[in-house]
Amino acid sequence: MINSNYAIALKSIWIKEINRFLRIWIQTLVPPAITMTLYFVIFGNLIGKRIGEMGGFDYMSFIVPGLIMMSVITNSYSNVASSFFSAKFQRNVEELLVAPVPNYIIIWGYIGGGVARGLMVGFIVTCVSLFFVDLQIFNIFVLLLSVLCTSILFSIGGLLNAIFARTFDDISIIPTFVLTPLTYLGGVFYSISLLPDFWQGVSHFNPVFYMINAFRYGFLGIADVSLVWSFSIIGLFIVVLYSIVALLLKKGIGTRS
Amino acid sequence: MYAIDLKGIKKVYKGGVEALKGISLKVQEGDFYALLGPNGAGKSTTIGIISSLVNKSAGQVTVFGFDLDNQLEQAKSQIGLVPQEFNFNQFEPPLQILVNQAGYYGIKRKEAYIRAEKYLKQLDLWEKRDEPARELSGGMKRRLMIARALMHEPRLLILDEPTAGVDIEVRRSMWEFLQKLNAQGVTIILTTHYLEEAEMLCRNIGIIDKGCLVEDTSMKSLLARLDSEIFILDVDPLTHLPSSKSFKITQSDENTLEIELSKQLSLNKVFEELTAQGVRVNSLRNKANRLEELFLELVEKGSINDK
Repeated sequence: MINSNYAIALKSIWIKEINRFLRIWIQTLVPPAITMTLYFVIFGNLIGKRIGEMGGFDYMSFIVPGLIMMSVITNSYSNVASSFFSAKFQRNVEELLVAPVPNYIIIWGYIGGGVARGLMVGFIVTCVSLFFVDLQIFNIFVLLLSVLCTSILFSIGGLLNAIFARTFDDISIIPTFVLTPLTYLGGVFYSISLLPDFWQGVSHFNPVFYMINAFRYGFLGIADVSLVWSFSIIGLFIVVLYSIVALLLKKGIGTRS
Repeated sequence: MYAIDLKGIKKVYKGGVEALKGISLKVQEGDFYALLGPNGAGKSTTIGIISSLVNKSAGQVTVFGFDLDNQLEQAKSQIGLVPQEFNFNQFEPPLQILVNQAGYYGIKRKEAYIRAEKYLKQLDLWEKRDEPARELSGGMKRRLMIARALMHEPRLLILDEPTAGVDIEVRRSMWEFLQKLNAQGVTIILTTHYLEEAEMLCRNIGIIDKGCLVEDTSMKSLLARLDSEIFILDVDPLTHLPSSKSFKITQSDENTLEIELSKQLSLNKVFEELTAQGVRVNSLRNKANRLEELFLELVEKGSINDK
């Protein structure tokens, strides 16, 4: 059972993190809504009409889950990466390091902030999508579980990035050169069954593919790979990244002298 | 009981820089202890190790009997840290900074707001409680860090140059505040470059130089080692240089004399001899802070020994 002092500490980090992104809502909550509206208009409405159906659904319905997931991934990641790095940069991470807070509370505190922003942005983008498509939900449990796990995974990824980062450039390199390509190649805009066999095989090494796959199943009931496999991969990545972050914090790499 | 007990603390940074070379130091509970040393001597590293911001390379640290290696959280709960540099979120208001900090120590929000109000009022920051911290003046930021360090009501308060860059008025009010805290039983460890501050506030003193503790004693016994003091006298224009067999006199300018007086002699002797030689003394002051002289002497001695 969690020590009551730790529970208060965890809640404090959550409140601080949520207040942080709400305080700068114009930078954190509005841009994804605008960007996704453009995606819906251009890819869904204008180009999508010419593409026709994909996976048995009109193109707009097909890409909506992927676009929502893309927002969740980007925002969960960047929330934790920028918040933790900024705390390192301003040295206010020391407030946590000198306090009797175990590392796992710090990790879950920051994950909580990333998940809160990821889910909030996901909800906003979902609301925006309702202007363009009649959204159907095939399995709400799979949908919520996949978005939650994805948000947790990329929040840990953001934390890992921030621990290693020494400059603000370091927290934009991974999203630009790793995260964005993985997301675009993870099947947001297409079913991987359209790809040649070789590239289908390559896509299976992309973790984002499994997340979008499970999330799309929750909405549409269609999947390129089994859900058990998808959730196993996501779970595995969470465990591996969490272990690395916990080890780094324990050794003080990137946080202590 | 010792508030802190350091045994053989060593710190070697990456690249082989040896910041601490086996420091052992005990600070009694309730003490007001000054940790002095030139820049780069190892003061901040020592404080960093005690507050667990810096990993030690060797040695043992206990805080009120709690071992930093085995009872880290209990040890951390005893300490309030006021670091040298501003390390709060510049975009958050003081009230939120304090309430969040209390939360990290397991203090419920309702209680945290009560304590935050208490300390913000005591440190004259209540009016600024909702303004972003970056808009506070330098003195206010220093006081905010003190308030933050006190939120969990620690038994040991460590201040790393708390009055650096603040004006005299604020400095004096901070001294008064710290003296009151110490009188309430809070052990205080202070590093400062203002030796007058250490002399005025602290009962015991440690001097670190080049990663070694070169002195660990009471302020009284340290100051007692001074066998002479230099006084500056403002006098009426001099027609001749007065002389004395009892003390050394040097003339700085037409209106100023410097007297180096042995501790065995009283100032009356100076006045008697100068008056006899027709010198009228208008005012008198110490040439330098006494502790400053000793400090320089100890540090210079260390430098010579190194050579």
